[in-house]
Amino acid sequence: MTTIEPVPVVVPQRQGRSFADGLRNALPKIVLAPSFAVILLFVYGFILWTVYLSFTTSRILPVYKWGGFDAYYRLWSQPNWYVAMQNLAIFGVLYIGICIALGLAIAILMDQRIRAEGVLRPIFLYPMALSFVVTGTAWKWFLNPGLGLENTMHNLGWTSFKFDWLVNPKMAIYTVVIAGVWQASGFVMAMFLAGLRGIDGEIIKAAQIDGASSVSIYRRIIIPLLRPVFLSAFIVLAHMAIKSYDLVIALTGGGPGNATELPSTFMYSYTFTRNQMNVGSASAVMMLMGITAIIVPYLYSELRERKQ
Amino acid sequence: MSATQETVSAGGARTGRYFIYAALIILALVYLLPLYVMLSTSLKSLDEIRGGDMLAPPRDPSIAAWVRAWGEACIGVSCVGIKGYFWNSIKMVVPAVLISTLLGALNGYVLTKWRFPGHKLVFGMMLFACFIPFQAVLIPMARVLGTFGLSNSTTGLVLVHVIYGLGFTTLFFRNYYEAFPDELVKAAMIDGAGFFRIFWRILLPSSGPIIVVTIIYQFTNIWNDFLFGVSFSSGTSSPMTVALNNLVASSTGVKEYNVDMAAAVFAALPTLFVYVVAGRYFVRGLMAGAVKG
Repeated sequence: MTTIEPVPVVVPQRQGRSFADGLRNALPKIVLAPSFAVILLFVYGFILWTVYLSFTTSRILPVYKWGGFDAYYRLWSQPNWYVAMQNLAIFGVLYIGICIALGLAIAILMDQRIRAEGVLRPIFLYPMALSFVVTGTAWKWFLNPGLGLENTMHNLGWTSFKFDWLVNPKMAIYTVVIAGVWQASGFVMAMFLAGLRGIDGEIIKAAQIDGASSVSIYRRIIIPLLRPVFLSAFIVLAHMAIKSYDLVIALTGGGPGNATELPSTFMYSYTFTRNQMNVGSASAVMMLMGITAIIVPYLYSELRERKQ
Repeated sequence: MSATQETVSAGGARTGRYFIYAALIILALVYLLPLYVMLSTSLKSLDEIRGGDMLAPPRDPSIAAWVRAWGEACIGVSCVGIKGYFWNSIKMVVPAVLISTLLGALNGYVLTKWRFPGHKLVFGMMLFACFIPFQAVLIPMARVLGTFGLSNSTTGLVLVHVIYGLGFTTLFFRNYYEAFPDELVKAAMIDGAGFFRIFWRILLPSSGPIIVVTIIYQFTNIWNDFLFGVSFSSGTSSPMTVALNNLVASSTGVKEYNVDMAAAVFAALPTLFVYVVAGRYFVRGLMAGAVKG
């Protein structure tokens, strides 16, 4: 009898406490859950949705009628898509290559105990704060065949100087490279400079005692030590190259003709103006696959290194 | 720094120093040139632009083009300047930055101090979301915004920028809180402090630098965005970058280069201002966004 009596009193208390405990334990997850749910839905869910659309017969609006690989077949038989891929290759290689070479060169120059470093560094880096649309607008004017650089050179007396890349279908893609390099190379410089400052001075001293020249110290010791920075810079730039859309739109509008078409402009125009949504989706899937192939191994190795 | 100091004294020649300074100064001038041309063109008259030299400083500097760009320039069919679009961008940027930063802070806090099985996978999935090409979510997003009546609205753009900024803000705060001593959190727990109390009283007060970094990073990214703006807004609901592109790309009437440049300056001013005032934090944000994990 005495053992039964307290039970009804104790049980609700225990329930109450365990509920509060449970809530307290679950609280962190409850706080994180909305963000994670949003990412699951709006990133991964939407990607699946886009992948599905690329297997449908969608034209001006999404329809969910199965079309098999038709959109991919059509994508890879578009001359425009080949132009876009070729341009991405030209742009990607030059943009990444020049940004890294120039960024490293400026970083090495800046690392020679320069007096005005505090003044120079922000000058190399400020383009990174600008919108690609502003960059494109500025360079479009700067390279304007009639009134821009060409005219300036003529005024300086170099009357045979010709610079019509912006309106020359063969050369227009290189103007995108120039503007892109101007925007991002300062950032690459900052990455390399941070890397250079992180190198242990003792290693360099030892090499000097061994009589190594400064050129060979850079070539044999410092640059190899900067390998992680090369990798990071490559990843960042490759990612920006594949995604870049605004710069082309503002600078050349994809033209002249389709001379500066990139996968990103291809995707946009096929989806929203040419009413071939399934082909547009297929091109978006190709872009995603390209970026995934670069990013996933990198993230994997970065996260694993941290664990060790 | 010590590394190269030694190298130079070893190589040591005077001419070498001159070469380094000359190279750096020439490079700096090249980097400054587009900005200079943009500013000086915006201060010139159209006649001077057509007849003169791009590099020549304005003979008779005037802010007439700035006034026109702000209040009179034609974008599409309406000739009321870019001021409305400028405010659109402000109305979009401020809430989007604040919400995504707050959520990122809470997420980073949970992912470091309240770990649960699978926290790595959750973080990995959020991290990868930073990198996806937005083309892969554009069509579904347009459908969803349309369904909920949020197309062509600032609210819709705020939502989009919060969602696709979450990965970055979470990354920033997670990496920052990772280095925050667990002992302080544990001690507070033993004292009976709860989840929010610990966050509010212990982590947040020492989060100043990372909050600044995150806000600047998000502000720059969202202000400079073009793809979402052009995809999910049209007409008078567009943000600044889209309006600038429409202004510059329009082919009707006389091409007013000075007005184009003045509008570009307006579009560049907020982020340049942030860069000048807080450049150090700007660079830290870029680095944190670049060197992951």
